[in-house]
Amino acid sequence: MGQTLILTGTQAAALAAKLCRVQVIAAYPITPQSKIPEVLSEYVEKGELQAEFVRVESEHSAMGVCISASLVGARVFTATAANGLAYMHEQLHWAAGARVPVVMPVTNRGLGAPWTILNDMQDTIAQRDTGWMQFYCMNNQEVLDQVILAYKVAEQLMVPTMVCFDGFRLSHTMMPVSIPAQSDVDKYLPPYEPLHSIDSGNPVNINPVVMTDPLRGPDGELCPSYMGFRFRLQETMESALPVIAEAGRSFAERFGRSYEDNLHRYRTEDAEFIFLTMGSLASEASDTVDILRERGVKAGVVGIRVFRPFPAASLVEATCRAKSVAVVEKAISYGYEGALATELKAALFSRNGHRPVIYNYITGLGGKDVKPTDLLEVAQEIINGAAGNIPQEKPRWLGYGV
Amino acid sequence: MSVTTMELPEVEYILPGTRTCAGCGLPIAYRHMLKALGPKMIMTHPACCLTILHGIYPKTPVAINAVNNTFAGTAASASGLVAGLKATGRTDYTVVAMAGDGGTFDMGIQALSGAAERETDFIYVCYDNEAYMNTGVQRSSATPSGAVTTTTPVIPKEQAKKDFIQIMEAHDPAYLATMCSSYPADIYNKFLKAKAIKGTRFIHMAVPCPTGWSFPTKDTVKIGRLAVESAVVVLYEVENGAFRLTGKSLSMARSGKKQPVNEYLEMQGRFKRISAEQLAEFQRQIDVKWERFRKRAGF
Ligand SMILES: Cc1ncc(C[n+]2csc(CCOP(=O)(O)OP(=O)(O)O)c2C)c(N)n1
Ligand code: SF4
Repeated sequence: MGQTLILTGTQAAALAAKLCRVQVIAAYPITPQSKIPEVLSEYVEKGELQAEFVRVESEHSAMGVCISASLVGARVFTATAANGLAYMHEQLHWAAGARVPVVMPVTNRGLGAPWTILNDMQDTIAQRDTGWMQFYCMNNQEVLDQVILAYKVAEQLMVPTMVCFDGFRLSHTMMPVSIPAQSDVDKYLPPYEPLHSIDSGNPVNINPVVMTDPLRGPDGELCPSYMGFRFRLQETMESALPVIAEAGRSFAERFGRSYEDNLHRYRTEDAEFIFLTMGSLASEASDTVDILRERGVKAGVVGIRVFRPFPAASLVEATCRAKSVAVVEKAISYGYEGALATELKAALFSRNGHRPVIYNYITGLGGKDVKPTDLLEVAQEIINGAAGNIPQEKPRWLGYGV
Repeated sequence: MSVTTMELPEVEYILPGTRTCAGCGLPIAYRHMLKALGPKMIMTHPACCLTILHGIYPKTPVAINAVNNTFAGTAASASGLVAGLKATGRTDYTVVAMAGDGGTFDMGIQALSGAAERETDFIYVCYDNEAYMNTGVQRSSATPSGAVTTTTPVIPKEQAKKDFIQIMEAHDPAYLATMCSSYPADIYNKFLKAKAIKGTRFIHMAVPCPTGWSFPTKDTVKIGRLAVESAVVVLYEVENGAFRLTGKSLSMARSGKKQPVNEYLEMQGRFKRISAEQLAEFQRQIDVKWERFRKRAGF
């Protein structure tokens, strides 16, 4: 039987890895992720988890270990944040190209310079195009659940997956987390079955140089070119949303919590005004929506749970009846706007004639508190904007004041 | 028990049709290394001339398991192979990491130092052709002073070669050996020994490169021998801290005979701009090192 524990996000992530019976762990410390490998070390040293723990000398090596350990058939795990994730950048591409189902929690943190250890999402958003799936968590229950879900999906699709959650806001905040029974996790997530296995009688050369055009192999079969390999990754990503939804449905059947929807929706059915956001901000926005509803504003929240592959169709369906959408983000593509704002606009443009007024807000960078009063101000501004049909010229920075 | 060239096993793990340049020293050494290691091995390597030797997808002339990885990640990848194989219950494979001097002395040093400090159970081979050859002969920290490269095209390299082998010895590996592609039996024997030892084993393999060094392709073996005969390359091994000169270097130490470096340098186009002072300094440093080695070996 499962039980409920009061856990921080990092403890939840580590416990999830244990429940998933990971076989190889490689990690390097960085705040606010450090507790994850610390807890796992303890599990391993006490013999509660049968795994090889490689205490690497850098994040670049952490991912290097994970990739090769996965290629020889082990279920692997690492975790990082911020500059550690940036330092992995080359290996992130390599992992996706090598099609290894690595699962990696990232405790979202701002990137230097100047130094900060506190939360925003610039780190993972900057790795958006590395070919990894990205799931975002709203609370610590989701951290635990989505790590398990991530292995389920990653190993089916052979695509590495980040489970992103806000540094400190979730990583260091204690919340009740319902812990599934090991036997249930074992049923949901059977042992990892690699697609191929190392065999001295049938040697293979993995990830060698490939050419620009397809070539024939020794048996005459036509084999992919570089672009062919990359196309296959895109093809998999394009077909991934139903797989994620199905994994979420079977998760609900076994554990009672549903992740069938790739969006978190709160009071959206009749919403005329929507906050679109990601991560823990979605739960803060939900409180603001309650206040707005009391004041008679038909407000709702859409939180992105699955960011890559991008759930464009669901997002359009969730936002297309609204008069206005405030996209509130903890990251920006410098010189333009937040990535989520761009992606919402693109999704609506290519799928739907309806055009809500969309305003983009950049906030919460480097741990800046996002208060309900800030969000109420956002709501007032955009509702007025929508009434007057006033477009926003550029993203507004909320609360950066010196 | 040593095997002589005549007694080497006939089994081949490199098939005809590798893509290295004509006269390359690397396949000679690699061929004998693989004969010693046998099929129960898995190799990991970054981008370098070895990648080229391994061919282009979907064909490979090499009959061993190989995993490519990033330039800085060779030793980390090997650590992953060791951990992954252990976690899945296959401890009968020898894990080998192999990278060039650039991928070892320069970018790979962090991951290699980390893996060695963790006493990872693997063989790391640095084959040293003294420049970044795969990207077109640029200076690395392994390039000797006086050499012209494409990034030291006008003023030959001013600094001496980094003494990386000492850096690795300071890690106190389970086994450390040097070798040169011109001495296949020595290569075979040292790998046979390395294979039987547990823990981190570091091999430095000197590999002449006709393309980067500018010498006729027929002279590869000769250049390698000259390198050893003039003590530019010294053949030895360190086992449990015990130092031993081997092969030609041992007989040179016994006889007290050593060639001057002139002929070795003159045969290579890369040293055409070496100054008289640089040459004298080159010789002086070789002499100092050689005396140190001789003393260490008890001569
Ligand atoms: C991060 C990164 N930087 C640069 C390169 C480009 N690169 C590919 S091979 C190579 C040179 C390899 O030189 P070395 O390790 O000495 O081996 P060699 O080619 O001489 O055998 C370089 C610099 C790379 N692949 N990755
Ligand atoms: S460049 Fe030199 S080391 Fe590389 S394949 Fe050619 S000869 Fe060999």
